[in-house]
Amino acid sequence: MNSARPPFDPGIYGPDAILMKGITGLNWRIKDYEARGGYAALRKILAEKTAPEAVIAEVKKSALRGRGGAGFPTGLKWSFMPRQSPGAKYMVCNSDEGEPGTFKDRDILRYNPHAVIEGMVIAGYATGSTAGYNYIHGEIWDIYEQFEEALAEARTAGYIGSKILGSDFSFELHAHHGCGAYICGEETALLESMEGKKGQPRFKPPFPASYGLYGKPTTINNTETFAAVPWIIANGGQAYLDLGRPNNGGTKLFSISGHVERPGNYEVRIGTPFAKLLEMAGGVRGGRKLKAVIPGGSSAPVVPGAIMMQTDLDYDSIAKAGSMLGSGAVIVMDETTCMVRALERLSYFYYEESCGQCTPCREGTGWMYRMVHRVETGRGRQEDLDLLSEIAGNIMGRTICALGDAAALPVRSFVQHFRDEFQYHIDHKRCLVGARAARSEVVAA
Amino acid sequence: MLSAESLKKIDAAVAKYPSDQKQSAVMAALALAQREKGHLSTEVMDYVAGYLGMAPVAVYEVASFYSMYDMAPVGRHKLCICTNLPCALSGAVEAAEHLKKKLGIDWDETTADGRFTLKQGECFGACGDAPVMLVNNQKMASFMSPEAIDKLLAELQK
Repeated sequence: MNSARPPFDPGIYGPDAILMKGITGLNWRIKDYEARGGYAALRKILAEKTAPEAVIAEVKKSALRGRGGAGFPTGLKWSFMPRQSPGAKYMVCNSDEGEPGTFKDRDILRYNPHAVIEGMVIAGYATGSTAGYNYIHGEIWDIYEQFEEALAEARTAGYIGSKILGSDFSFELHAHHGCGAYICGEETALLESMEGKKGQPRFKPPFPASYGLYGKPTTINNTETFAAVPWIIANGGQAYLDLGRPNNGGTKLFSISGHVERPGNYEVRIGTPFAKLLEMAGGVRGGRKLKAVIPGGSSAPVVPGAIMMQTDLDYDSIAKAGSMLGSGAVIVMDETTCMVRALERLSYFYYEESCGQCTPCREGTGWMYRMVHRVETGRGRQEDLDLLSEIAGNIMGRTICALGDAAALPVRSFVQHFRDEFQYHIDHKRCLVGARAARSEVVAA
Repeated sequence: MLSAESLKKIDAAVAKYPSDQKQSAVMAALALAQREKGHLSTEVMDYVAGYLGMAPVAVYEVASFYSMYDMAPVGRHKLCICTNLPCALSGAVEAAEHLKKKLGIDWDETTADGRFTLKQGECFGACGDAPVMLVNNQKMASFMSPEAIDKLLAELQK
């Protein structure tokens, strides 16, 4: 159990922070942001009438990659927008942060909302968009309300609206809140949800850049991605790239949770060793031994602790370790963790959150959960482990969106790396991890 | 059916979207209606449908798809505690057991006095503050140790 700590610890973001630099927890208002140099990038491109292509080129040079999980190059994504086509075009921010382990966008929105607003307006300028929406996770209601306040400030100051800062560029921006559906973090489900429907993903193609919100060209980026844009425009793409590694530019917020002394968000250069991040978070709780890490949110494959301690936190290194950087949500598990039980909880999550549209996911997630639950409660059968891997394999690549893969990857990786624990549960009808706390039926049967 | 204040807020939500896309405000409208009425009865959903020019079934679809909408009455305070993995690693299992014992109810039940409803939640995106609990859909309560839960319950009892 964590003892209560203050809601904000200014030292937590780390010495290399650029996005969260100078953040005190209280200085989120527009005057504070401007005092930190905020909105200077937007002013500059509007005053100098910078060509939209040049803005996109700068973002491409920075090697900024989508911070929501997929890691797609941001500049490239923007270049897909048919800038010259007439009519409405949209820029959408995905703040529907519900991937277990991820809580960075909440901090960005509550402590530095104007960075997101400025990033969205610049993105709107670069892509010729006419309006933008920020889709905010329904569970963080107070942050939605705060963002509305920030929008009002930006509107009053002339940073959003018609003819921004006296230029020819007009861009409206609004906030939209979700109401509890993990699937709406998937970009086309998010668009469906914004259109006032169930959040069920669309087939791609067509991609949102040609058929997005209301059927108009649309670009969707993550909160943290937008927040990085003003710095890139102000300081240059090369400077941002230099903070990270080739093909892995910049800094990144890592949300570290689970068995560490100081859970929280830490902004570090991309490519920082995992061991360093763990140290910043105070190390494994109670000085225990590290057992396993999920490095990129619950959908990323689990990695044994020993491998993780040798891995750097960049897209390519984590891929080499067999997982994904994903959203940068690092879930740490110490030696007291029962991996069967951990997987049982994750499997329940995907079962609960499958939107029900595709049969392999709708049926498969329930099937996988019931089997892991069976193994965890001492009713597992010898054939269950192979069957689990087989079901997972049959879901992957057979669904409209990535939720199917997201449900299958934990199952496959947990069984792959910790097969002995699963086997022990089946053979002995109990847990291999002796120090397990008294089991309680939190997960509904 | 809905107060002038709620309707004003719904109108403000409608104004965010293109004039031919009023349906985009349905999530906000349902959230506002639920706040005023306690839960979303068929009558309330039908009213929202009429107000936004939607087919009633389209509104039911939205209300039943998103987990924060309550289509049946809940207690005065809806407590939703996250038990997902990061929270579970930080004491959410014990916190949930404590809540159940203290309130004398299980998941999806309401106390006899109609004061509390208990729900199991999925990730709220606040795992750094684990265990976290969402009170009445709007207030995020952080670091929910058994002691912190006792304190919160005492405040809500007032």
